[in-house]
Amino acid sequence: MTAASGAGASGHAIRTEDLRKTYKSSRGDVPAVRGIDLSVGSGQFFGLLGPNGAGKSTTIGMLTTLILPTGGRAWVSGLDVVADPVGVKRRIGVVTQTNTLDMQLTVAENLEFRSRFFGLSLREASRRATQLLEAFGLADRRKAMSTDLSGGQARRLLIARALVHRPDVLFLDEPTAGLDPQTRVNLWDILQVLHAEGQTILLTTHYMEEAEALCEQIAVIDHGEVLASGTVNELKDSTGAETVITVRYEDTVPEDLAARTGLADRPGVSKVEADGDFVRVFTSEPEGVLGELVTAGSAAGLTVRDASQLKPSLETVFLTLTGREYRE
Amino acid sequence: MTTTTRRAPIEVAEPGGTPSSAQIAALIADAPVPRPTLLKTFNAMMAREFRVLRRNAIATFTRAVMQPLLFVFVFAYVFPKIGGGFNLGGGAAAAGASVKGSINFATILVPGLMASMLLMQGIMAVTFPLVMEFSWQRTIEDRALAPVPIRVLAIQKIVAGAVQSFIGAVIVFPIVLLVHAAGQAPHVHVTNWALFILILAFASLLTSSLGLLLGTIMDPRKMQMLFAVILLPATMLGCVYYPWSALHHIRWLQIAVLINPMVYMSEGLRAVLTPVLGHMPLWAVLVALIGGTAAFGYLGTRTFTKRVLN
Repeated sequence: MTAASGAGASGHAIRTEDLRKTYKSSRGDVPAVRGIDLSVGSGQFFGLLGPNGAGKSTTIGMLTTLILPTGGRAWVSGLDVVADPVGVKRRIGVVTQTNTLDMQLTVAENLEFRSRFFGLSLREASRRATQLLEAFGLADRRKAMSTDLSGGQARRLLIARALVHRPDVLFLDEPTAGLDPQTRVNLWDILQVLHAEGQTILLTTHYMEEAEALCEQIAVIDHGEVLASGTVNELKDSTGAETVITVRYEDTVPEDLAARTGLADRPGVSKVEADGDFVRVFTSEPEGVLGELVTAGSAAGLTVRDASQLKPSLETVFLTLTGREYRE
Repeated sequence: MTTTTRRAPIEVAEPGGTPSSAQIAALIADAPVPRPTLLKTFNAMMAREFRVLRRNAIATFTRAVMQPLLFVFVFAYVFPKIGGGFNLGGGAAAAGASVKGSINFATILVPGLMASMLLMQGIMAVTFPLVMEFSWQRTIEDRALAPVPIRVLAIQKIVAGAVQSFIGAVIVFPIVLLVHAAGQAPHVHVTNWALFILILAFASLLTSSLGLLLGTIMDPRKMQMLFAVILLPATMLGCVYYPWSALHHIRWLQIAVLINPMVYMSEGLRAVLTPVLGHMPLWAVLVALIGGTAAFGYLGTRTFTKRVLN
């Protein structure tokens, strides 16, 4: 293998080049990640956004050395994840999607032993554990078994555990999945403070609003590919800062309905789609569009079943990129 | 680079302390510098095993004591009391190559029970926890992220399991020496302590390596098969209750059981603990124990690494 600090890796906390993972199964090859290129700057808060099964966890698994790529390359802190997994593990903190706390240990022991795995002495480990427990509001649970924690507490402990050794990069795989809204907002606050202190963070999420609230840079990923990346605003701009209006009718829409409405020629409208029982309009000037769709429908003998109007957001970006509605 | 400066005060909905932004920020600013080495990490992982062992001491001890205690009670106390017809040792011992006087069943049982405990503890200490760690939560990832190669983690599991096996086997000692009917004390005589420790150590490593291999290839939904397919045949056909030499009456079985690693554990311990009984040549025992440890260790480490790095 070449020198650990790969040529194109300098200056980046994370970099990938055509990163791929294909799983072999009895029914043939299943590609989970199909050539992803990412670059995350040091100190950046980066989000991988996509629906379940998009390949986010596989990507994070490869970056954290626990999944071996089947193609391409990846560097974390300038180190190749395949050539130097131990070097990478020394420099990363990982918050897994499932609760991987050591169930045989207490809350404090989870932090103390993790600290010792990373080479801290007994005394340093105990000091670091106390510091983490206090900062994360778990000090009064220090002697509890980790299995006795609530969902939110366990999640905080997982983050605390990932920070014992001051990692270069903090990876969080769906950190707020399954948490109640209040706990989720608390975690957001914690992550924002860490970020403000210069912590590089890569987070995966299937919550649009989470990526929008936290991340400076976002890569929208689906079916193992990056569909678009940039800041939230860039994403909105590049795909048109458009409102998406969808009207669903009781019956199948006749093929020429979209053309008959003349909506495509309206100022601000960039695209009109009709498929099955719905018509969808992408526009920067949404006023009156909904009404026209209803009128055109009734002229064609169609009854409106459902109508929606989405303001420009990551959700409309996703809709524009994939043509599919975003389902969590 | 733009940095978000929004620092909302953090409120915790749940009771238990109020973390402040300043404290969280200090985690980054005031962090120790880790200098992990392979040895430090390995030792910390072993320390973790001993902490857990100490916490579960009563359960672990009970598990290690009950089986040999009941066996010895029935075979060395109840049977001799009930009458000669049940004295199973007579026939088996008479078949031994170097029988000096009458050999009671307890004497045959000492090495056999130790070997049986080794296997039991090795599997309980390694296979069962491993199957849990590989289940849907994949708690194995906790230690897989420690800064050492994955195979070091596998070796650590073998060593930790071997220590538990060793302790489990040693616990048998006082039980067999103390629990027996009058005049039925086993004839235990260690002539070579170094050899005894060596055999016990490799037998422990063999069982925990086997435990690791089983833990990485077993389907968790078929765990009960472990007893039917591995533990029970290994024990019943492992020269636990009879010396290997006594099997010469059934020549095909005497040869067939040679694939069972338990045979070498029982016979090795028999050679060093109860040499009055006939036993398999020591060189064969050592080759099997060391070779078996290497083979299971290699295979187990490989399958373990494959399971962790999918």
